[in-house]
Amino acid sequence: MNCYLGIDIGSISTKGVMIDEDGNILSSVYLNTDGSPIEASRKVLKQLSIPEDCAIRGIGTTGSARKIIGLMLNANVIKNEITAHAVGTIHLYPEVRTIIEIGGQDSKIILIRNGVVTDYAMNTLCAAGTGSFLSSQAKRLGVGVEEFGDIAHASNTPVKIAARCTVFAESDLVHKAQIGYTKNDIIAGLCRSIVLNYLNNVCKGKKLEEPIVFQGGVSKNRGVHKYFEEILGKKVIALENGHLMGAYGVALLAKKKSDGRVYKNNLLDIKFVTNGSECHDCSNNCELVRIYKDDKLIDTWGSKCGKY
Amino acid sequence: MGSYDVAVYYFLSHVLKNEIIRPREITSATLELGSKYSPDFVCTPFKYTLGTMIEALEDGADTLIQLGGGCRYGYYHELQAKILEDLGYHCQVINLISGGNPISVRELFHNSSFQIKKKSFLKYAFLTKKMVFYMDKMDSYIRVNRCYEKEKGSFNKLRKQMLLEFSKAKSSFGLRKIYHKYLKKMKKLPRRKVERRIRVGLIGELYTLMEPFANFEVEQLLNDYGFEVKRYTDVTYLLFQKKKKVKQYLKHFFIKYRIGADALDNIYHTKELCEMGYDGIIHMKSSFCTPEIGAMPIIEQVAKEYDVPVLFLSMDMNTSETGFLTRMEAFCDMLEMRRKK
Repeated sequence: MNCYLGIDIGSISTKGVMIDEDGNILSSVYLNTDGSPIEASRKVLKQLSIPEDCAIRGIGTTGSARKIIGLMLNANVIKNEITAHAVGTIHLYPEVRTIIEIGGQDSKIILIRNGVVTDYAMNTLCAAGTGSFLSSQAKRLGVGVEEFGDIAHASNTPVKIAARCTVFAESDLVHKAQIGYTKNDIIAGLCRSIVLNYLNNVCKGKKLEEPIVFQGGVSKNRGVHKYFEEILGKKVIALENGHLMGAYGVALLAKKKSDGRVYKNNLLDIKFVTNGSECHDCSNNCELVRIYKDDKLIDTWGSKCGKY
Repeated sequence: MGSYDVAVYYFLSHVLKNEIIRPREITSATLELGSKYSPDFVCTPFKYTLGTMIEALEDGADTLIQLGGGCRYGYYHELQAKILEDLGYHCQVINLISGGNPISVRELFHNSSFQIKKKSFLKYAFLTKKMVFYMDKMDSYIRVNRCYEKEKGSFNKLRKQMLLEFSKAKSSFGLRKIYHKYLKKMKKLPRRKVERRIRVGLIGELYTLMEPFANFEVEQLLNDYGFEVKRYTDVTYLLFQKKKKVKQYLKHFFIKYRIGADALDNIYHTKELCEMGYDGIIHMKSSFCTPEIGAMPIIEQVAKEYDVPVLFLSMDMNTSETGFLTRMEAFCDMLEMRRKK
């Protein structure tokens, strides 16, 4: 049996998907990156439990650490997350016209017409309105971020919270708690502020046409989902595998670009070490990353002059 | 800025008896040095030029020439001179263009720190103008053709040789000859054949567009993807054509008055690129560039009417190259997918 792997190494979580020749998901993994993409992808590979009789004919990587993991696994496709998300979603849901994607550090909108990406936008410098904002506020309130969605969903009177910037939102939140709002209404307000922030900062006047698909880690939050529908006045579909779409999309791309080679099943045995340093040979002071595979230097990144 | 130092050095070294110090190439150290002594919220060109100024002073310069321009750029020199004075440097900063108008040649002649060779002044002013003209012409040719090169770097190599020969040219005829010689060589370079041409327009704020270090070499990147690039903004346009063109734009355009720096030009160029059937537009500016911030919503609206995607990028010293590359990659993928349909 042939199979293809897709790995999405994000800032907060790492996702892995194994698909068969027809694009069906055979198994999937979702775990925390914990600041170490190499370790996380090893764990993903282990937990995917690839059967012995399976021939891996393609590997794709995406997400912010796509390059380094792609090099480690010798991937045949290394794609940015925007393209990967679009490809995965279009495959599962061909009529889609708008994709809302909110992840750990970034949020994006992808507009699709007739199965082709026609426009996209991504949040700029600020992480307000993303998953990491929610999880840091959850910590402050002493509530698990997983429970956020249900609590927010139950509340009928969300507090108004300034949504423009994380720091303002946080001080607003403290203020609202101190003048006596209940925790549940504040959590609902937070989820609502995510939606407002997204619409103001990322969409910026782009037209959201139905069908709208909502994905990324935050799509698991029922509260945010509810407020999207409420504020837009449109139906928003949260896919069951919404958090896996990037990995799924890049697995599909790996299948499409498969060049006939078969990967060995001992992917986990590779010794892979990286090591950072600074070069002081000129005033550029490049930050270099040296990459060793099986104790052999295979590449050096970050050099501006091409010396390495 | 870009390769224009070749032309500026050529001019100054022939016209002045003073010793000319060539500024160092812009590196991360330049930007770091400039940002250290600049207000945080000033536009990035201020930081680049201040960094270069300090480096030049360290190398022994005592008079600095700042070009200036039609926006805040026109007031840079005053603040920069003050900052340099506070840092303990003794120097004179001369601004060439302020409030959109160049200072008079007579004023320059009367400046006691310059020892100008009056006889050669006109001749070399003319030659420098010609040189910049040929440089810009060659660069627009390269932007359109480099994406099809078979051997990577073949265009850049010829360009470098051409600039070297330019700096030794003695007459207008000589410049022309060199230009045509290299154009001929470039036309003969082996090229790949492609089924579909994809063309991208580059617009935005002038410094970020023209200095490859400030825009992460966006033109090379797009060319490497196999895309043709068109850029309106260059020195020939800004100094010699802009005035006339803007008058024409105002006559036939829905905007009836100037809205600062190059904002009007960029909106007009957006419309022109859309009408010429370009596949996508990339708008680049340094962070906090006020005229361009004003132009952005209008550019977005114009492009929407023609259904052409626009990517807005804002660059300064905190911009991460990874984030920039992700956005560029996605944009390029999107253009390819659109084309295939």
